[in-house]
Amino acid sequence: MPLERKDILDMESLSVEEIQLILDTADSMKEISERPIKKVPVLRGKTVILFFYEPSTRTRTSFDIAAKRLSADSLSLSGDMSSLVKGETLLDTARNLEAMHPDVVVLRHRFSGAPHYLAKRLKASVINAGDGTHAHPSQALLDMLTVRRRKGTLEGLKVAIIGDIAHSRVARSNCAGFTKMGATVTLAGPPTMIPKGAETLGATVAPTVEDAITGADVVMMLRIQKERLKPFSMSSEREYARFFGLDRRRLALARPDALVMHPGPINRGVEIASEVADGPQSIILEQVTNGVAVRMALLYLVLGGSRNADPD
Amino acid sequence: MQTLIKGARVIDPGHLDAPCDVLINGDRIEAVQPAGTLAVQGNGVTVVEAAGKWLTPGLIDLHVHFREPGQEYKETILTGSRAAAAGGFTAVCTMPNTDPVNDDPAITALIRRKAETAGLVRVYPVAAISKGSKGEQLSEFGELKAAGAVAVSDDGLPVMSSLLMRRALEYADGFGLLVISHCEEMHLAAGGAMNEGPLATRMGLAGIPNAAESIMVMRDIALAALTGAPVHIAHVSTRESVTAIRRAKEEGIPVTAETAPHYFTLTEAAVAGYNTNAKMNPPLRTEADRQAIRQALAGGTLDAIATDHAPHAPMEKDVEFDRAPNGIIGLETALPLGLQLVADGVLTIETLITRMATTPARILGLPTGVRPGQPADLTLIDPEATFEVQAATMQSKSRNTPFENLRLKGRATMTIMGGKVTHQTPDGNPQPR
Repeated sequence: MPLERKDILDMESLSVEEIQLILDTADSMKEISERPIKKVPVLRGKTVILFFYEPSTRTRTSFDIAAKRLSADSLSLSGDMSSLVKGETLLDTARNLEAMHPDVVVLRHRFSGAPHYLAKRLKASVINAGDGTHAHPSQALLDMLTVRRRKGTLEGLKVAIIGDIAHSRVARSNCAGFTKMGATVTLAGPPTMIPKGAETLGATVAPTVEDAITGADVVMMLRIQKERLKPFSMSSEREYARFFGLDRRRLALARPDALVMHPGPINRGVEIASEVADGPQSIILEQVTNGVAVRMALLYLVLGGSRNADPD
Repeated sequence: MQTLIKGARVIDPGHLDAPCDVLINGDRIEAVQPAGTLAVQGNGVTVVEAAGKWLTPGLIDLHVHFREPGQEYKETILTGSRAAAAGGFTAVCTMPNTDPVNDDPAITALIRRKAETAGLVRVYPVAAISKGSKGEQLSEFGELKAAGAVAVSDDGLPVMSSLLMRRALEYADGFGLLVISHCEEMHLAAGGAMNEGPLATRMGLAGIPNAAESIMVMRDIALAALTGAPVHIAHVSTRESVTAIRRAKEEGIPVTAETAPHYFTLTEAAVAGYNTNAKMNPPLRTEADRQAIRQALAGGTLDAIATDHAPHAPMEKDVEFDRAPNGIIGLETALPLGLQLVADGVLTIETLITRMATTPARILGLPTGVRPGQPADLTLIDPEATFEVQAATMQSKSRNTPFENLRLKGRATMTIMGGKVTHQTPDGNPQPR
């Protein structure tokens, strides 16, 4: 079964079957990264442009490695080296990219909806690598893959997402993704960081962090994004850590086998204590590893690959 | 030069609603008589057969942006005037956020002069409350009025200082100038891009809460009460503002208010898909707000319909949602959208014309009415004409409308300003004889 869509823009637009296909494909991709020669020729001759208008190390590197392991030619453009600084509009940039016949454009952009804008104007596939405070589908998919590999299923799991929901594209995409796959999601954080109508994301909002964590199978902590914080959203990091951070005491409220996740990069001692981040329940580095597999699957599938085809 | 408009239903709110013949002589209305009773002999009389059509006082738009001087690539006084005439308007108030800001009598005079040269619509400049609309120092209201300004406003860059607003109300009142307030608490609006709520949350866009508007509406009402000077609230979009204005009016505080067609027609749902042509300030709100606006127009809490005609070049709207400028063009869709309120049973046609002509004239202290001796500013409406909104065929220089492809019924087939035909649709040909 091939993926019948040009672009991966957000989790809302993906069906349960498509998510399943992506996760299954990612599962089969994982093994490639464990080989001594970590490269298969399936995307040979394909061009992947990694267009990052916003600084990112982890996601860009992850997509880059994914493209290279599938033998695609990948090329990184960052906002400060692109024509953006010279005043070129996204439309003109898109037209110029198109003129070079890329097969996939992976876009990270600081404005919500920018990948949707680009997708309408490019023949190439567009994969959203994070847009503003809107969506980060590849992150949600790698989170779901990581949990599924640990728990066997997503159905019936209780997922707590804690932190700055208002500015988190990770939270939005995970709400949409996990609930689609039958999990329940509970959100919590300082009331200044819970957006109006958060229930519309498919989650419930808990009055306290403790309420959200109690009995959870998965506790996902969000990074305090200092670069996105609006004025007056929080008082101090010390107070945040004390009342909203994840430490051993709060984690004990979750199920004993609960998984601790974080999209990274972590602020140690703020939203997550080192003892928890480095503790036995933490799967933060597995998330990173699975990120490569999920991005390989996305590149492979948007370029017409199907699950049953042998990636060799 | 004489024009005879024969057999139209004349709708002059509070005065006349009957089929009449109307004779225009020069720039004035000379006679209004029951249909079929006015016969005019001689050459040079243009006869307009208008049976089945409605003839109303010329529509007046209290709130437009003609972008000249400084942003002529978006609109000019000439193209804006064409758009106004095409929409049935005979007078407009131009907001001062030009480049440079209209805070100087020379700019006010320039706008007047250009408008007179265009000769299509009466242009009443609104000057800036503060120098450069920076909120620091009062503009020269006396000089600005002498140059032709009818009101002052820092539209688009609202007055945050309550003291400045108080002084502006006091000072303007002394010169007989109206203060028009763009009500937005900018700290609370915090650079938001659309209405705050579930949709903004799902779309990952920063929201502007209703309170960002209503807080300032309440402040300005309090200042109007304090000073006794009238304040006019621009582009009301929320139900809370409506409630505050209704209460103020009940208490006799001198407040008037306008809303725009998009606020009684659309909701925030129009923003879906990151549609920059539905991005405006204040933002499109919820259905509850839309209903409150409609009811307030019917009940009179909202006095006027103004377009907030805000042209932007296509390239400016063809960008990421957050980067798109606020505003839509509205002059050429306002009347049909208003007529939709009549079709929906929300307003009578008389109330619609009151909101689009009679009350705006009263607020500005201008003459209005289909009566002998009045200036011949008239709008002839074909209530049955249906058409599809096509921005490409509009007179405005810009194309930023959220109503593209919408089918509408009723439009101005002829506009007459000062006795001169400033617009006519091909099917509304006057017949010279």
